[in-house]
Amino acid sequence: MELAFALAIGALTASGVYLLLRARTFPVVVGLTLLSYGVNLFLFSSGRLVTGGQPIIGSTAGYSDPLPQALVLTAIVIGFAMTAFVVVLALRNLADHEDDHVDGRQSSTAPKPNADKEVSGK
Amino acid sequence: MSLPLVVFLPFLGALAAPLFAQGGRTAIAIAASVPAIVALAALYPHWSTLAEGGVILHSYQWLPAVGLSFSFRLDGLSLLFALLILVIGLLIILYARYYLKAKENVGKFYALLLCFMGSMLGIVLSSNLLLMMIFWELTSLTSFLLISFWTHKQDARRGARMALAVTGGGGLALLAGILIIGNIVGSFELDDVLAAGDLIKAHSLYPVALTLVLLGAFTKSAQFPFHFWLPHAMQAPTPVSAYLHSATMVKAGIFLMARLYPALAGTEQWFYMVSFTGMATLLIGAYVAMFKHDLKGLLAHSTVSHLGLITLLFGMGTQLAAVAAVFHVINHAIFKASLFMAAGIIDHETGTRDMRRINGLWRYMPHTATLAMVAASSMAGVPLLNGFLSKEMFFAESLQLNLPGIWAWLPPLVATLAGIFAVAYSARFIHDVFFNGKPVDLPIYPPHEPPRYMKIPVEILVFACIMVGVFPALSVGPLLYAAASATLGGTVPEYHLAILHGFNLPLMMSFAAFFGGLLMYSQRQRFFDFHARFREIDEKAVFEAAISRVVALANRFTARIENGSLQRYTMLLLLSVIAVAIAPLMQLGIFVGESGLSPIDWPTLVGIGVLIICAFATAALHRERFYALVLLSVVGLLVALGFARFSAPDLAMTQLSVEVVTIVLLMLALYYMPSWTPLETTPSRRVRDIAIALAAGVGMTVVTLAMLTQPFTSISEFFLENSKPGGGGTNVVNVILVDFRGFDTLGEITVLAIAALGIYAMLKNTALTPPPGDGQGHAWTRDAYPLMLRQIARPMLPLALMVSAYIFLRGHNLPGGGFIAGLITAVALILQYIASGMIWTQDRVPFRYHNVIGLGLLFATIAGAGSYAFGYPFLTSTFDYISWPVVGKFEVASALVFDLGVYLTVIGATLLALVSIGRLSPHSAIKSKKEGA
Repeated sequence: MELAFALAIGALTASGVYLLLRARTFPVVVGLTLLSYGVNLFLFSSGRLVTGGQPIIGSTAGYSDPLPQALVLTAIVIGFAMTAFVVVLALRNLADHEDDHVDGRQSSTAPKPNADKEVSGK
Repeated sequence: MSLPLVVFLPFLGALAAPLFAQGGRTAIAIAASVPAIVALAALYPHWSTLAEGGVILHSYQWLPAVGLSFSFRLDGLSLLFALLILVIGLLIILYARYYLKAKENVGKFYALLLCFMGSMLGIVLSSNLLLMMIFWELTSLTSFLLISFWTHKQDARRGARMALAVTGGGGLALLAGILIIGNIVGSFELDDVLAAGDLIKAHSLYPVALTLVLLGAFTKSAQFPFHFWLPHAMQAPTPVSAYLHSATMVKAGIFLMARLYPALAGTEQWFYMVSFTGMATLLIGAYVAMFKHDLKGLLAHSTVSHLGLITLLFGMGTQLAAVAAVFHVINHAIFKASLFMAAGIIDHETGTRDMRRINGLWRYMPHTATLAMVAASSMAGVPLLNGFLSKEMFFAESLQLNLPGIWAWLPPLVATLAGIFAVAYSARFIHDVFFNGKPVDLPIYPPHEPPRYMKIPVEILVFACIMVGVFPALSVGPLLYAAASATLGGTVPEYHLAILHGFNLPLMMSFAAFFGGLLMYSQRQRFFDFHARFREIDEKAVFEAAISRVVALANRFTARIENGSLQRYTMLLLLSVIAVAIAPLMQLGIFVGESGLSPIDWPTLVGIGVLIICAFATAALHRERFYALVLLSVVGLLVALGFARFSAPDLAMTQLSVEVVTIVLLMLALYYMPSWTPLETTPSRRVRDIAIALAAGVGMTVVTLAMLTQPFTSISEFFLENSKPGGGGTNVVNVILVDFRGFDTLGEITVLAIAALGIYAMLKNTALTPPPGDGQGHAWTRDAYPLMLRQIARPMLPLALMVSAYIFLRGHNLPGGGFIAGLITAVALILQYIASGMIWTQDRVPFRYHNVIGLGLLFATIAGAGSYAFGYPFLTSTFDYISWPVVGKFEVASALVFDLGVYLTVIGATLLALVSIGRLSPHSAIKSKKEGA
């Protein structure tokens, strides 16, 4: 069971990371969502995998660890807020640049960053 | 109390002095001298204690956790330096009154000078090494500001920058050294450090600590190879040169060596590092001084040379040498400060400092000339003047060094050679400036004597030169004894202060130096010709070039890393995470802990299998955005099922409702976006990304597996035990959220609220036109609000609201609560927006979601603050039981109000986000104006 669970987290992480590295905003948002699933499951699993031990007092003999669950509950909601925020950033980027590239510009017409400015005081 | 007063009075004076700038230079000079006079008076009562070798400590707590205390310590050594700082400081204040022009910013000048005085007193009076470090850096900063006092001069700014870079860099090294020493000793208090000398010297980090501390001392005291900043600091006004760069600040490094002498000195490493650095500095400074045409340049290099002499004395490691070093500190401060002031007078009266032009001034200013000649003779080491006495001690000590074989000749040889140069450049100072024909093309002609009071400081110092030279035991004897005893940690060797010690070898060396120097000066043209053969290195150009190279390098580096590509940043971030994690992960391997693996049942295996497949499929099919989204929703639902499977009903419900909202959100966004991702990357790039992704995935798998199979202990026992009796609820997760960790939850809903408001703000004046079709040639359906959906959705609303109320109320005892109930309500409302459109829904749900968010946060905060009214800390909850029909007996806790706040904030935030996006298209934007009006 533990191995399967660990593999699931690994699969979520790998897919999420791959999508994070894409050049368009939408796949990046999807990747972030996958990655946050993986992270939530990972945090949750720090309470170990317990079957039938919901932390409701009096409902069962042994309880699972409620603390990671409380942490993950807020993490899910915050994760949603973050996803929504990033989605809106992507939309705003689309509205401003008429393009959904993550760098806020079309990759082919990339302007050179203005580096090599002389900083020494005159 | 009096010691902190001594240190802080000048700082107070610095605040007050500029107020007197209106009253003219005399008023401000008088105001500026008050702190120094009061400080001297405050030190006076301690003299009797110190003369007997006593120590005065005034200590106050500051940051005890890091070993930083506000402690001050006065002993012979710090008294000697404090007197130099205060007395010479007073003379400088008087001198500067006449040196500065009325139209200059005298307020700023005196304020900076007093700041420097306070910082310098802080260094010498601090008992805590960290406190000393603070003052040490303050002297670097005030020195920087004083050197660049004439901000319009480029040379002054550059010189100031160079001084700051060198001394500031040394300061960093010193800080590191002090931290190491503090770590070894376990305290930063001077008494502890001085008592722990053997411990420090035996420690394996001693060489590192010593090197770092000496770097700090050598940079500050302009020792070779860091000496180059001092001559360039001569761009400062002359009072500053006389005060900071000859008498006090450059002695801070010397002071540090003296201060830590019992703790650090006496080892081979100390001997070689300090004495050879001193020897090199002594020779180089003396040699270069000979060839400087600038009056202040000559004095600056001479200062470098004398600082090297003192360093060499400390490096020798014998007790008598340390006494000689302390003695020379006094003597050098006296004669060099007076020489600088004399040079300033000459500059002031002739308009130039070029010795090729200022000649024969004896005729124009005999009084100043006499004073300068006495001081310069002292610098050369002429008998009956103070410089002679300490130089004689130096010669004597140089003969005592036990170097092996032929090397034993080196110190006396170097000493005599440096003596010859010193006599030669002193002779040049006297002969070139005051005799040697007539002045050449002076900017101010004819020069005359300066104002009467401008000469008083010089007269006092020159008088001191003679007094110390003729009556050494009477004049400085007691002070020298107290200082030397403090330096050496209580034991003072037998020494004798006298004008002459008989006809011995050191005296012979003095004679050799004297006549050799005069001979060298008379043959100076040959030496000048010889020196002219070498190309002179302009340290400033070299330094500036080095700085621009560093800046250019940093720019290139930044440009390479920061090229504006988010993809690049993400990759670098992920790669560095992998790089950090890879070594421990390799070590871990596929690790199965003590708990071992448990068997898996078929439904779970299938669920996890589908989840893994869908996750990979999402990544594989990501270019078909809609399919990716559908697959993503499958993954999300399986995650929710996973929570349910592994005993987390609250999480399952939260995940389920969040999943619905997230997918709706992404669908909505996708409506505006291209439905298809173009293929932009090369296959090799994709292979690289897959490799990174797999590395991350494998890493997470390995870590998770290792963690899951290890037994653990948790702090949750407390929550399980106290949930019912303390929080009044049986759903421990909910009680943790609204009670035990309520403050965290308050923070979290605040973040949620801020995110939603940010979304609103970002989209407020944005319009996006959705593409006419789905990208594959199909137009959108004309029936935007299908009848079936509408008919099903509307009755769902009251049902969903009822369910959410039920979930909300029971949340404290059974799975549910504000987060979940809020999300259910939000989903029900979103369904209405989808089914019936923005306008229809907005007409019937006339809330502004900003207000809902605000109300939610208000409830949560009031519920928290309410407990203050009963004298309990923030967010203390209380509860009672109520029985309602149908719902049954439930408990009403003040936490319920808090949860209501959570509920409202979640609804408001979710809907504000989604409605903001829904309103983006121009179609709905026009209509929604009605709502805004």
